[in-house]
Amino acid sequence: MTTSAVGTPAAPGEAIPKASFDWKPIALLVAVMALAVPAVGSTSSWITLTVAGLSMGLIVFVIASGLTLVFGLMDVLNFGHGVFIALGAFVATSVMGYGAGAGWGGFASIFAAMGVAMAVAGAVGWAFERIIVRPVYGLHLKQILITMGGMIVGEEIIKVIWGPLQIALPLPDELRGAWYFGDAGIEKYRIMAAGIGLVVLALLVYTLNRTKIGLLIRAGVQDRSMVEALGYRIRRLFVGVFVAGSALAGLGGVLWGLYQQSVTPQIGAQVNVLIFIVIIIGGLGSTFGCLVGALLVGLMANYTGFLAPKVALFSNIALMVAILLWRPQGLYPVTNR
Amino acid sequence: MNALDRILSHDRPRSKWLAAALVLILVVLALAPFLFPGAKSMSVVAKILVFILLVASYDLLLGYTGIVSFAHTMFFGIGAYGIAIASEKLGAGWGAVALGLLGAVLVSVALSLLIGLFSLRVKAIFFAMITLAVATAFQTLASQLSDFTGGEDGLSFKTPEWLSPSFEPFETEVLGLLIDGKAITYWLLFVVVLALFLLLLRIVNSPFGRVLQAIRENDFRAEAIGYRTVVYRTLSNVLAALFATLAGALLALWLRYVGPDTTLSFEIMLDILLIVVIGGMGTLYGAVIGAVLFVVAQNYLQDLLAVGATAVQGVPVLQAVIAPDRWLLWLGVLFVLSVYHFPTGVVGRLRALALRLKT
Repeated sequence: MTTSAVGTPAAPGEAIPKASFDWKPIALLVAVMALAVPAVGSTSSWITLTVAGLSMGLIVFVIASGLTLVFGLMDVLNFGHGVFIALGAFVATSVMGYGAGAGWGGFASIFAAMGVAMAVAGAVGWAFERIIVRPVYGLHLKQILITMGGMIVGEEIIKVIWGPLQIALPLPDELRGAWYFGDAGIEKYRIMAAGIGLVVLALLVYTLNRTKIGLLIRAGVQDRSMVEALGYRIRRLFVGVFVAGSALAGLGGVLWGLYQQSVTPQIGAQVNVLIFIVIIIGGLGSTFGCLVGALLVGLMANYTGFLAPKVALFSNIALMVAILLWRPQGLYPVTNR
Repeated sequence: MNALDRILSHDRPRSKWLAAALVLILVVLALAPFLFPGAKSMSVVAKILVFILLVASYDLLLGYTGIVSFAHTMFFGIGAYGIAIASEKLGAGWGAVALGLLGAVLVSVALSLLIGLFSLRVKAIFFAMITLAVATAFQTLASQLSDFTGGEDGLSFKTPEWLSPSFEPFETEVLGLLIDGKAITYWLLFVVVLALFLLLLRIVNSPFGRVLQAIRENDFRAEAIGYRTVVYRTLSNVLAALFATLAGALLALWLRYVGPDTTLSFEIMLDILLIVVIGGMGTLYGAVIGAVLFVVAQNYLQDLLAVGATAVQGVPVLQAVIAPDRWLLWLGVLFVLSVYHFPTGVVGRLRALALRLKT
């Protein structure tokens, strides 16, 4: 490896010496998209698939970003992250059901669902951190066991509240259907999901790179004890990041549920596996790597789903193995992990 | 006493109560076909046997080496499916069993070696995530390849003649029990599990086992002393996978059926985790105590929950929470509480008690 890899994208204002940015993973992303053109055959299908893949990737990024930040900052891998995804999706079914009854518009009920889901997931995340995660800081083995236990309990509580069966989460009429550009059909909802994903990405990049809190978070990822020595309470920062990460998972759950148009209590466990693959590909703790990993996973899922549906179930694992053969620590390894 | 010590690889129970419990369990398990001739209770006892082996092999990973794997049920399933597929394709017979077992062992060793070399190089936490992903993919694979594995329905197959329920070697009853193939299968399970358990005990108390414990306590220092931690962790992973495969094969021989729910499901993984934690991590005796307590509780607690559910019929929240379907909820709560407040498990508690009485 000639170029040295960095954990987070280097901000313009960062202190010298500036690490050179590692372009190879981006090139890989572009190469995957380019290679898919001859494989898929028709340009219009390629555009449809690529847009679908990118929007799926952005949804996955929204879900996974919180997990990777929490891991980067506090070395806590939350196996219970999936609970917040399921929680967000189920809260959305209730809110949108209420909205439909009260005669709200489609957009009003979607945004209300997102807001409530984020609030609920954030609040539960706060309690989860308090009850489940806090007593086991620094103990990796127990963390894995405890958060897994928390995940199971959470899933069962969801079953108690909403029932164990699949619930439909239909899109409002305004978001159904697709726009056509020539032959390429692009579903309206995918555009909206991608837009929300981009907004979250922009907010995250802004917060991490341009605000003092972001500076502290990045510093904490690099060297926790140094930040504490300088007089900042990294614990509070961590609680904040955990709550924000849970809220993002809730938001992602709403987006994912609408994308699938139905939710089951097992949704959390399913998506959990997916986002684990994403953050392993991206490099544990790296936000930018998480974005690239999510986009790669989204694209691969859509291309292989079109070309060979049976293989698509294993495309993520194959992708992960290939990436790890190339870079055993993930695309953007965080140096001190 | 000396001979017994050698059989136990000098790893004594170190608590009178624990020793008494172990002896009691051994005797009851050995005589189970005489003591509980009923079909349901026999299946409970056989499940205990299989789980003792399965959990003990998992403890080699979690308790002794300090790495968390979520793919243990995958190897369990490979063992069970190996026997089932071979017996189905080749017809019942010892040849099919041997071939299926050999195939399953080879697949398990190759897979566990691959996973270990891939992920144990980096970080223990990586391993947990990757095993979770691989196990999920394997579960999908098993249900997709339905020509081969029977999909969601699973496979029913015939075992060798000696083990089939209609096989009755004796004309008359022996001590009030008609010895049939089912009882012979049970004793086969018993002997194999006992032998493999003692072998595991030997492994964890060998110099190799000491290195594993050193890695668990401080991998950096173990590496510094000169042990290649990657090699040892990978070996431990392969060994654990091997024993899990054998446990799966035994389960298949007993049930004469395999399906995703009985071998591959995540709930079984959870059961294993819970048994390890309840019994006590880092001691193989914990697997025995934990498996007995858990399997008995699992089979009779659900009945208890059903009784509780009828008692609270009509009470709004309680009614939903105490339903027998919510059994996993209580399992999860129990799991979290035991990891917090009970980290050394039953065996650890008993040993601590024995130490306190001595001083």
